Amino acid sequence: MSYRQARHDVPLVYEEYSDDINTNIKFNEYLPKDIIRQAPPNIPRLCERDMVKHFTQLSQMNFGVDSGFYPLGSCTMKYNPKINEEMASLPDACMLHPHQPDSQIQGTLQIMYELQNMLAHITGMHSMSLQPAAGAHGEFTGMLVARAFHEDNGQKRDQVVLPDTSHGTNPASAAMAGYDIVTIPSKEGRVDLDALAAAVSERTAAFMLTNPNTLGIFESDVTEIAKIVHGVGGLLYYDGANMNAIMGKTSPGKMGFDIVHLNLHKTFSTPHGGGGPGAGPVGVVEKLADFLPIPIAAKKGEQYHLDYDRPKSIGKVHGFHGNWGVLLRAYTYILSEGGNGLTEATEMAVLNSNYLRQKVEKYLEIPYPGLRKHEFVASGSALKKNGVKTLDVAKRLIDHGFHPPTVYFPHLVEESIMIEPTETESKATLDAFAAALEKVVGESPEVLHNAPTCASVRRLNETDAAKNLILSYRDYLAFKAR
Amino acid sequence: MAQQSDKEQMLAALNMKSTEELFGDIPKGVRSEITEIQNGLCEPATRSRISSLLARNRPAGKMSSFLGGGSYDFYIPSAVKSVTGRSEFLTSYTPYQPETSQGLLQVLFEYQSMMCELTGMDVVNNSLYDYSTGLGEAALMASRLKPGKVFLIPETISWPRFSVLQNYCKGPGISLVKYRYDRKTGLTDIADFKSKLSGDVFGALVETPNCLGVLESQVDEIRQALGDRILVAGVNALSLAAVRPPGDYGADIMISEGQMFGNPTNFGGPMLGIMGCKKTHVRKMPGRVIGLTDDIEGRRAYCMTLQTREQHIRREKATSNICSNEALTTVATASYLALRGGSGLRETAFYTMKKSRELAKAISAVKGCKAPVFSGSYFNEFVASFPVPAETLIEKMSEKGVLPGVEMALDGMEKNLLVAVTDRITDADIKKYAQVLKEVVQ
Repeated sequence: MSYRQARHDVPLVYEEYSDDINTNIKFNEYLPKDIIRQAPPNIPRLCERDMVKHFTQLSQMNFGVDSGFYPLGSCTMKYNPKINEEMASLPDACMLHPHQPDSQIQGTLQIMYELQNMLAHITGMHSMSLQPAAGAHGEFTGMLVARAFHEDNGQKRDQVVLPDTSHGTNPASAAMAGYDIVTIPSKEGRVDLDALAAAVSERTAAFMLTNPNTLGIFESDVTEIAKIVHGVGGLLYYDGANMNAIMGKTSPGKMGFDIVHLNLHKTFSTPHGGGGPGAGPVGVVEKLADFLPIPIAAKKGEQYHLDYDRPKSIGKVHGFHGNWGVLLRAYTYILSEGGNGLTEATEMAVLNSNYLRQKVEKYLEIPYPGLRKHEFVASGSALKKNGVKTLDVAKRLIDHGFHPPTVYFPHLVEESIMIEPTETESKATLDAFAAALEKVVGESPEVLHNAPTCASVRRLNETDAAKNLILSYRDYLAFKAR
Repeated sequence: MAQQSDKEQMLAALNMKSTEELFGDIPKGVRSEITEIQNGLCEPATRSRISSLLARNRPAGKMSSFLGGGSYDFYIPSAVKSVTGRSEFLTSYTPYQPETSQGLLQVLFEYQSMMCELTGMDVVNNSLYDYSTGLGEAALMASRLKPGKVFLIPETISWPRFSVLQNYCKGPGISLVKYRYDRKTGLTDIADFKSKLSGDVFGALVETPNCLGVLESQVDEIRQALGDRILVAGVNALSLAAVRPPGDYGADIMISEGQMFGNPTNFGGPMLGIMGCKKTHVRKMPGRVIGLTDDIEGRRAYCMTLQTREQHIRREKATSNICSNEALTTVATASYLALRGGSGLRETAFYTMKKSRELAKAISAVKGCKAPVFSGSYFNEFVASFPVPAETLIEKMSEKGVLPGVEMALDGMEKNLLVAVTDRITDADIKKYAQVLKEVVQ
């Protein structure tokens, strides 16, 4: 074992630095007395050298895709090409202001227009909106579009149906748009057609599905699913979190979906940024196009403009035009890969996943037979007899230099371990991971319970965090004084 | 991507001849191909194509830009860019595994700590997408805290914010009722505000500065009038270096925009939705929160906490659907704030206030022009009126390298602009504004 994460003792900025510069600034000249802030905000002031040291040392205690293998299932932690960053930081890209007139932003509008078309083509949709800032934001937008469509048809539908394997954002987004959630159980890891047929009705606004589903299994009954949902007048919603599994092989449009969101930070290689920003464009079939958010990038002659003249639109879901910085990175990726490269990315993502799976299934149970797409879910339930949980396995993988997979999701599989290798990893990396995982599941319970020992900290008292709720330095001082 | 030999070996391990067999579970009837996207370009060709497309832009950052309206071009220190460029932050994801993500978690905790001090709120979460979606979430959160179906909002609210808010309110069926502003001062019309406080009102939004740039001086009276209803304060984060923070006047929920702290204007995204609240409300709050705890050896450590509010655990009962947020912009903001400190923020606030007043004076000196239009006090942004339509002014002045302000959507304000000043504005920019304005209106 050779991995060891940096272990600096970095005090909080408040503990090491202060703000002792007395600026003597008074605002009396400009503001009435009763609205002026009396004391300056208590924020330490670091010189550049100290600030850079502080944050650099912290960064060394953080694991990113650049640090190593990051097989976090459902998150598509593929490598983020460096040229994307460089293009997005060009002054011609990042120094644009959202209130500039169309005539001054022709390059950006052309890129947005082309990106809309590319994403529409990849997903088999008619029109795209680039405005949503994240996948869940795209889901919420899609649900609002569904709502507007049904209302426009004079229909008050109040339910959204989804399978028990769906991402948590699906029910949460639909509930935010005002829908009651109907969850249907899966049958052998797939949508149970009978349960679906029994659940849908004239109350169904939409059925939300990710395909392949969160077990990595392709829902090959998708045409029947579409028939059932459309049969009652419902819409079929595609959660694009798993789009990396199907590019160039099939498309949501071809499968019968009406609304799609994509996660550009997953499939289209933009960095995850420690949790964001992402981008969650939404595509729809022709009959829903009028309801997409405004504006949409449009072309007239040789000129591009932001089209606000869409009277049936749901309006806006973001203060400006979405996360342009992320859109440009994704556009750069699509140009670099091309249609051929995207298809090949999917092929390799699925090959890597199936290859890794046949190695892992030699020592861990992988429920449900058959092919997998871009990810697969193993179960750590057999380890329970030794008093070992999936969580222990995950923590021990850290000591081997790997970011743990997603654990305890989907709930359908007991003690689940969800592994998504992505296409950007080599066979050597997959072999090393498979060997490490095999070693880990064979290690003694003591070692596993003790893990991690090579990260910057040991296992955390997370229950204390929820009990004491120390959410700021101010809270911390109060806690210490107790 | 794997080597060709790797690919062959992996296929052999699966007893397959080609990757096509991996897709045998996709029915033939739904198969499709990507046909309308050209083949991939090599890196130099990609760079050249994108640079030439972008060269068709005329970025505000290269002109004398007085654009604001929610997005502000403050100077970004190079050191901030070096922090956000650290690939350990950039290429990581949500810190689900805290042991291997302590660096990011501490930065996020420091962001929360500094933002609590700036805003005076007990708790600040770890980012929403932007101000507008933060406002939508705030309305939903307020409606969870108090019974009622009506949320009061200012008549001055910008159209994009209003439209986003409407969309967030559709689900629970919240009605939005607007209260009037005083036509002379630009402040809240208190009598009208009070008259709208029916029994069905669960809360109200007060924006200070509002979308006319006017700082609300009657926050205490508004707080009192609301009683135990929820006060949502929408603020300009930098202004809090100079004006009373929302924690000081008892706001229940605070929302703001953090883009100005170390993030480029970026054509309006990524932004940074800042949200804070009173500690008593924290379990109803949307978004991620980082807590301080220790590890089994007693070392101080940080982790995500209160996750039982979130979608991956609570599904449809979650306080929000938010998953991906704007974490990297909070990293930028934390490093920006640490570099400026409380005193540096006051310097920046003072500079922009001073320069905005000099600009207002210069505009008023031009025949037929007036700035500010409203008599209420302002921070770095104000409404100006001109003898020509705003659209014409923008067109003509930007031809000469000046972006004079943002058009107003309110009725009767076709000859007005919302004009903003940041710390990138110099005396030369102000002189140029006045000069070009004179040429255009004459």
